[in-house]
Amino acid sequence: MKFGDRLFGTLAKSFAWLTLILLAGIILALVYASWPSIQAFGIGFLFSDAWNPPMEDFGGLIPIYGTLVTSVIALLIAVPVSFGIALFLTEMAPAWLRRPLGTAIELLAAIPSIVYGMWGLLVFAPIFAKYIQPGLQSSIGHVPVIGKLFAGAPLGIGLLAAGIILAIMIIPYIASVMRDVFEVTPPMLKESAYGVGCTTWEVMWGVVLPYTKTGVIGGVMLGLGRALGETMAVTFVIGNTNFLDSASLFAPGNSITSALANEFAEADPGLHTAALMELGLILFMITLVVLVVSKLLLNRLAKGEGTKS
Amino acid sequence: MEITDAQIEFKDFNFYYGKFHALKNINFKMARHKCTAFIGPSGCGKSTLLRTINRMYDLYPEQRADGQLLFDGRNLLGSEIDVSVLRARIGMVFQKPTPFPMSIYDNIAFGVKLHEKLSNSEMDNRVEWALRKAALWDEVKDKLKQSGMSLSGGQQQRLCIARGIAVKPEVILLDEPTSALDPISTARIEELIDELKEEFTIVIVTHNMQQAARISDYTAYMYLGEMVEFGVTDELFVKPKKKETEDYITGRFG
Repeated sequence: MKFGDRLFGTLAKSFAWLTLILLAGIILALVYASWPSIQAFGIGFLFSDAWNPPMEDFGGLIPIYGTLVTSVIALLIAVPVSFGIALFLTEMAPAWLRRPLGTAIELLAAIPSIVYGMWGLLVFAPIFAKYIQPGLQSSIGHVPVIGKLFAGAPLGIGLLAAGIILAIMIIPYIASVMRDVFEVTPPMLKESAYGVGCTTWEVMWGVVLPYTKTGVIGGVMLGLGRALGETMAVTFVIGNTNFLDSASLFAPGNSITSALANEFAEADPGLHTAALMELGLILFMITLVVLVVSKLLLNRLAKGEGTKS
Repeated sequence: MEITDAQIEFKDFNFYYGKFHALKNINFKMARHKCTAFIGPSGCGKSTLLRTINRMYDLYPEQRADGQLLFDGRNLLGSEIDVSVLRARIGMVFQKPTPFPMSIYDNIAFGVKLHEKLSNSEMDNRVEWALRKAALWDEVKDKLKQSGMSLSGGQQQRLCIARGIAVKPEVILLDEPTSALDPISTARIEELIDELKEEFTIVIVTHNMQQAARISDYTAYMYLGEMVEFGVTDELFVKPKKKETEDYITGRFG
């Protein structure tokens, strides 16, 4: 082999290894920094809602709950909306509208998250509290079980508001990935589906979506990853409180990232910092689990379409 | 030559891609339960003509047709036609096999479910019936749960034919169905077309003149968007009336 080839091969290989080493290094650093907290609280950290810096009693339940709930709300809203956007852009929009509309949606992703946060707090939350929350309460608020999610005072800020802001933030990611994968679906495959008498909806739902499932799930995971890790916008609208005594989504709460952003600067070295580090480690683990689950999901879907012998 | 039992009739039919006049003043009839072939050089409009019959051009806003396209006497070009129902009555198979990303069974059942509510056992019967008609049953009966993509190219194309048959259409449109297949698979598809004529009206676009001569009852020769000659296949190939047709089929042109 020529010297140049060998040099290039070694360089490329070392870059690939570098990412693995970095990943391992970050995990090790997080575990090391959170070790005092892990030792002090053990597995109970995950289930304790205490957060009392003066008494040095910490538990991660409320921020973990807040992160998961806001991300789930964000996905529940963003995935169907993004599918609709992508369907419209690829199948229904007139040609002159496709490019400007597609660009506008991508531009949503370019807005800094702190702008979303300020908009959420100053514009969205008051409107949400005045019109939408009372509306939700007087309609689905009366449904048994589900109604409990919409109980309590309409404050505007809270878990639901944070989830909705997150949904708006991740829609451009999910929608543009979906649009891109829908566009590369072979026209002949779509025509075949139209050819047996499908409507546009049946073509998209029955043929294009299964054909592009890997890409679609990739896009959803990209959005979920962003929702889990988003800090600034959530911090503005989630309420930042560690008291949570009802199941209501109207209640203010906390998320892992907000807790870190708010407290890290003034945390005392020792157990408080270690507890925050452990929260960071948990967030890392959550994203890892999400990734693994999405791979498993893809494998199961692949089985559903029959083995490829 | 007079076609008495016409299922499809084109009258003063014109077709446009935007400003481009792709089909010019087409007038002819297609006989029920016969095979009609469209031949001609690339770009002559034969695929375009085929794709008007199930209104596939509707998907593309810049494409439009005028004149009359009669299917059992009813004009198909009107906006009141439900294209989903129309396409269930007029099935289509493409140049390349296009199995859906699902199992062999579901590939067949997918189209049927759109138009009919069948019980599980009725659906099983329908799938078997369609696969038998497409001469594929014996090869796939033990692996119906496998992906349609796992089949060979020729099998995939017969799966696509079975998928079209399963919704019980009256007409089957074939757009160069063997152009991506090897000679053995091609021969099987040709045999199949011969059998399908008993129950369905077949319209086939082909680059291959021998294929048209082997399997069709009527042949249309097209050139530059015009139908140069239309007639009984045996007569058209043996004794063409027009000089252009003779040049094309004898290989002096195209």
